[in-house]
Parts: sequence; structure tokens; C-alpha cells
Amino acid sequence: MYGKGLRALSLATTVVLTAAFALVFFYAPNDADQGFVQKIFYIHVPMAIVALCGFIAGGVMAIAHLRTRAQKWDMRSYVAIHLSLILGVGVLLTGAIWAKASWGHWWVWNEPTLVSFLIIFLLYACYQPLRFSIEDPERQARYASVFAVVAGAFVPLNFLAVRLAQAYTHPRVLGTTGGNLPGDMRFTFLVALAGMVLLFVTLWKYEMASKHATMQLRALRRKLAGEEEPVRATGRTAAPAATLHARPDTH
Amino acid sequence: MRRTAAAVVRKDLLLELRTKETVPAMALFAVTTFVVFHFGLNRGSVAGDLAAGVFWVTLLFAAMLGINRLFVAEREQGGFDAFLLAPTDRTALLAAKAAALFVFLSVLELIAVPAFALLLLDPSPWPALPGLIGLLALANVGIAVIGTLASALAIQTRARDLIAPLLALPLLIPVVIAAAKATTPLLLAGGPGDVAARWPLILGLYDVVFALTAYAVFDFLLED
Amino acid sequence: MPALPLDEAGKYVAGAYVVFVGLILVYVAIMASKLSRIERELEELNELADRRERGT
Repeated sequence: MYGKGLRALSLATTVVLTAAFALVFFYAPNDADQGFVQKIFYIHVPMAIVALCGFIAGGVMAIAHLRTRAQKWDMRSYVAIHLSLILGVGVLLTGAIWAKASWGHWWVWNEPTLVSFLIIFLLYACYQPLRFSIEDPERQARYASVFAVVAGAFVPLNFLAVRLAQAYTHPRVLGTTGGNLPGDMRFTFLVALAGMVLLFVTLWKYEMASKHATMQLRALRRKLAGEEEPVRATGRTAAPAATLHARPDTH
Repeated sequence: MRRTAAAVVRKDLLLELRTKETVPAMALFAVTTFVVFHFGLNRGSVAGDLAAGVFWVTLLFAAMLGINRLFVAEREQGGFDAFLLAPTDRTALLAAKAAALFVFLSVLELIAVPAFALLLLDPSPWPALPGLIGLLALANVGIAVIGTLASALAIQTRARDLIAPLLALPLLIPVVIAAAKATTPLLLAGGPGDVAARWPLILGLYDVVFALTAYAVFDFLLED
Repeated sequence: MPALPLDEAGKYVAGAYVVFVGLILVYVAIMASKLSRIERELEELNELADRRERGT
């Protein structure tokens, strides 16, 4: 059921992202201050926005899990956070490249988005170790959800706090010209943002479909093998959620 | 619920008074860290924002020691099960543990502030004391709530001593931001200046938001 | 016309976009290996079902 509509979604993602890249290089004008380097803005900021929304979405799904105790919400939350973490790596890398190109240093402290991201990344980097170190599957899911809710609430607070801390010492440096985007830049940015959102949703569905299929396979194997054959250890480097879902679905 | 919380707090404080495990270790850690800072920074005295930074970082890391020990007794001696069986609101445990941690932190600061004034601080802290106490109280609330939450999350994992600080520190960064910014004018070399009102406000707001969040999720950690 | 000054700036911008595409491709590769495992398992299960039919 996660695979339904996946093809259309992938197609849409490809079209929109390609359009966005075309716009970036053929349509958007060069920034007055930063010149060509500013083009990085069109992937760095959309990735950041989508990653943050992904973390918050993971928190919301975790709330659903805590309320309904349905395992599917835990899996959805895990995938959302996992994807946002990968995007977060991308944000930090592209941010560092942007900093180097603009300022000559691979890291700057006076760009609040980047600094907030580092803090959030450090926090969410504990998510998988936390899951790995709790063995009981039900408790693992529950504790992970509590973490996702707390961390999700932390995301906007952290952003505010870091922005406030910087606002009174350094002006924003890696922002756009004067803060307000001129029309053609804004349009390009919105298309890039749309493409990034589509990418996230597509990859999320993709991973959910894969995990769901693996779950069904395990259940099928158990039904077929029964007591005749022991369930062979699959020997894969299972993500925490995959081990969790090795248990048969009781409904 | 208040009576339950009060009972648990009393139990923890009595336990600490008798065993003297946690708070002396935290205090010793803080004082030692000041010495380390002296050698690390290669300075005889600090003032202004450097003083605020050194002080709050030391406090934070000393708090980590307390956070690691917070739920150990419950875990090892079945306190969690006892709590689940008792007909009380589970949030009482959150309130009690946070209150106990608050008290531990306050005692820690009673020792750490004079030690800091003695060892490293350039200006005298006495004229700035009321402001300092207010800020310490606000920050303690935040550290206590977040510390209790992180400790409760970590206590059931295998690597509990490692995970609790890793969870707590990023969550405490806004507290450090606000507290350090607020404390800086109080520790200026020329004498204390005025504290900008926004930082204690932010600190207080952060405390409230996290207290509410902790209240909302804590129950889920205590099932089984 | 595209502004493509292939001086200093071009390298960094290209680097950033390469990072982005690289992340996606790594993800696709991981998904591909998961897919091939699923395929293999399905094959085994199919054989298992066949054996059951033929056997008891």
C-alpha cells in the first residue's frame, strides 16, 4: 500500500527538481553581493527547511504512536527522522561549502541556521543509538517516540534561541540580499522548495514500502516455515526498526 | 499527588544526606574543573563573558554527574515497579526527581560560586549576588527538568551513562545561551551592570515549555 | 543564458550540488540492495511453498 502512487510521485519529483535546477542556472540572476556562489542557497535552504519539518513530522507521528500504540506510526516516525538526519548531513555539508566559498572558512558561527542545525543534528544523532540500546521492542518504540516528541518540540525552540543569541552580536551573513528576495529569485526558491518536499515524501514512501515488504516477508516466512525450519538469521545489518518488526504482527 | 511527590523528595534527600554520594562528587568536580580551566586557559582570572562561560560550562558538566545518578536507585532496587503499583499519578515521580535535582544543584552552587570567586573570578560577585541567585534559580529549573527527562530516557538503556549526557547537552544549549548572556554583565571587571531583561525571560519561557513537554510525555516512560 | 563562471565560485557551487545528488544516489544504492534481498527471500519462500506442496 505504500507503493501505490510511488511511480507518479517519483516522476513528479524528477520533473520539479529538474525544473528547479534549470531555473537556478538559466533563470535566476546572480546575487548582487555574493555572485555565483549564492546559487548554493537554492539547495541548502530548501534542504534545511524540509529536514526541520521532517523532524517535527517525526515528532507528530510519535505522538500518534504513543496515543494509538500502533506499530505503523513508530515505523513512520523512524523513517521520517532517519531521512531528515540524512538531509541534515546534506545541510551541514552544503552549508560548510557555502561558508568556505563566501568567507574562506569551512565553518562560521555567525550563521544561525547552520549553528542551530549542528545542535539539532547532535541531538538526533542519539536517536539510533538510543533505539539500539533498548532490547525490548515495545519499550524501544515507546522510548524512541518520547525522544522524538521532546526533540521535535526542541527544534523550533532551539532555532529561536540561537537566532536570538546571534542577532545582537553579528548580522546575518549568509542570507540573501537584504533579506527580501526579488521576484525571480523567489520563484526559483519556491520551485526548489517544492522539489525538495516532493523528494522527501517520495523517499519516505520508498523506504516505508521497503520496510513494509520486509515485514510481510518475515511474517510469510514464519507462516510457511512454522516449526519445520528454524527462522534463519538473515545476517543483514538491520536498522533498529527492522529488528523490531521481526515480531509478527498480531493483527 | 503532592504528598507522593513530597514523600519521594524526602526519601531522595534523606538518602543523599546519609550516603553523601552525589552532591560532594558534583562539588568536587566543579572545583577541579575550575583548576583545569586555569591551566587550560592559562589565565589567573577571568571576567565578563569569559567568566560567565567558564562558570556555566562547569556547572553544566557537574550537573551531568547528578543526572547520571538520578534514577539509579529506582532502577536497581525496583523503585519503578513500586511506583507503578502505587495508586498515584506517575507525574509525581517526575516532579519529585526534578525537585531533588534542583536541590542538589542549589547545594552544588552554594559551593561552586564561592570557589569560583576564590579561584578564578576577577571582580567580586557579592554586589551582583541577588541577580546571580535569580538566574541560578531559573537555570536550575531548566537543568532539573531536562536532566530528569534525559535520565529517565537513558536509565532503561544499556549504555545509560553515555546516553544521558548526550541527550541532555543539546537540549540544554538554549539554557546555556540565555544564562551566559544574562550573567555576563553581572561579572564585568568594572562592576556589575544591568542584566538585559530578555535573557531571564527567555530562560523562564524555555523552562515552562519544557516543563509542559516533560509533563506530557513522562507517563509513557513508566509503563510496563 | 546561464552564467557559468568556471573560476573559483563554480567549483564550490558544483561541489554543493554534487553533494546533494551524491546523497540521493547513495540512498538509491542502499534501497537497491534492500530490494535485491527481498527478491532473494521471496524466491526462497516460493521454493519452501513448493516443497510443502510436493512433500507432506
